[in-house]
Amino acid sequence: MENIAPQLYTLLVFMVIGSVVAVETKNLLSAVISVSAVGFALSVAFLFMGAPDIAITQLVVEILVLIILIRGTILLDNTSVETHRDTLAVVTSLIFFGLLLGFGAMIFGSKGFPEFGEPLMRVSRVYVQTGLPATYAANIVTSVILDFRAYDTLGEATVLFASVLGALALLRKDGKVKGEGVAAA
Amino acid sequence: MKGMTLIVKTITDFVAAFIVVFGAYIVLYGHLTPGGGFAGGVIIACAFILVMLAHGKEQAFARLPEKAAHALDSGGALAFLIIGWLGVSGGFFFLNVFGRGEMFRLLSSGMIFPLNIAIAFKVGSSLFLVFAALAMFRRRSFRSMIEEELS
Repeated sequence: MENIAPQLYTLLVFMVIGSVVAVETKNLLSAVISVSAVGFALSVAFLFMGAPDIAITQLVVEILVLIILIRGTILLDNTSVETHRDTLAVVTSLIFFGLLLGFGAMIFGSKGFPEFGEPLMRVSRVYVQTGLPATYAANIVTSVILDFRAYDTLGEATVLFASVLGALALLRKDGKVKGEGVAAA
Repeated sequence: MKGMTLIVKTITDFVAAFIVVFGAYIVLYGHLTPGGGFAGGVIIACAFILVMLAHGKEQAFARLPEKAAHALDSGGALAFLIIGWLGVSGGFFFLNVFGRGEMFRLLSSGMIFPLNIAIAFKVGSSLFLVFAALAMFRRRSFRSMIEEELS
């Protein structure tokens, strides 16, 4: 396999810059577009790593989320944030980020954690070896998500179902007092 | 005039059907080529969302009524569960009890093929409904804001 590290590092730097812009910009529309740029770069990264299934899904969902977020952003009356950030919030998030890094170093740095991919690869080795003969599905990703791990897909479908219920319940027109939703938004 | 300009409407009329066909291809060949029910369902939903953005919600609901979208959403989830329960007849939930067919053919891989279709209906119609709910929400203020921007 050829070395794809330079391309991946370029994409990673681009994604980090995009994320910082998304957090720091004052305009919500610019923030949404920066987040989408990060998502598209992630999709290209998946292509480089040889995962076209995930790349297609990432790309398509990114387009849909971009459309929905832009409509949601423009719908809001105030699309730019003028107020300064709360000092307490910044300090708290910095402390928690430090704690996260510290615990991560403790877990991954010590010998108590197994080698990367070791117990997981034992499961996926079975999937790779028996995927085609057991299911006759030429696309091994589909044989994993819809046969070996159909439970996961069922959970994912349930999450989507709940999200639709939530969206329709929150944004419905019927049975709502006029002006109720405006104050909430 | 409702919706976007004439150029966008014409291009949308021309392109929307092809997007649906491509989404159907992604769904039906999900077990053979990259793709699958989720990605294909989102692509089909994107076609309807494109119609809704270009023509307004009446045109989009004329092509896929809201009640039908609700039925497809629930029906897809129900079909997924029923196919899972069919596996119980062989011993386990989600056991692949269907005939596996011939390798590399369209009708192969047993229950993966119908599960892909069920997922596509479920995901496509539910994402369309989410967008429709968001688009109907305070549409008036959105339009007035655009007009303010332009004037």
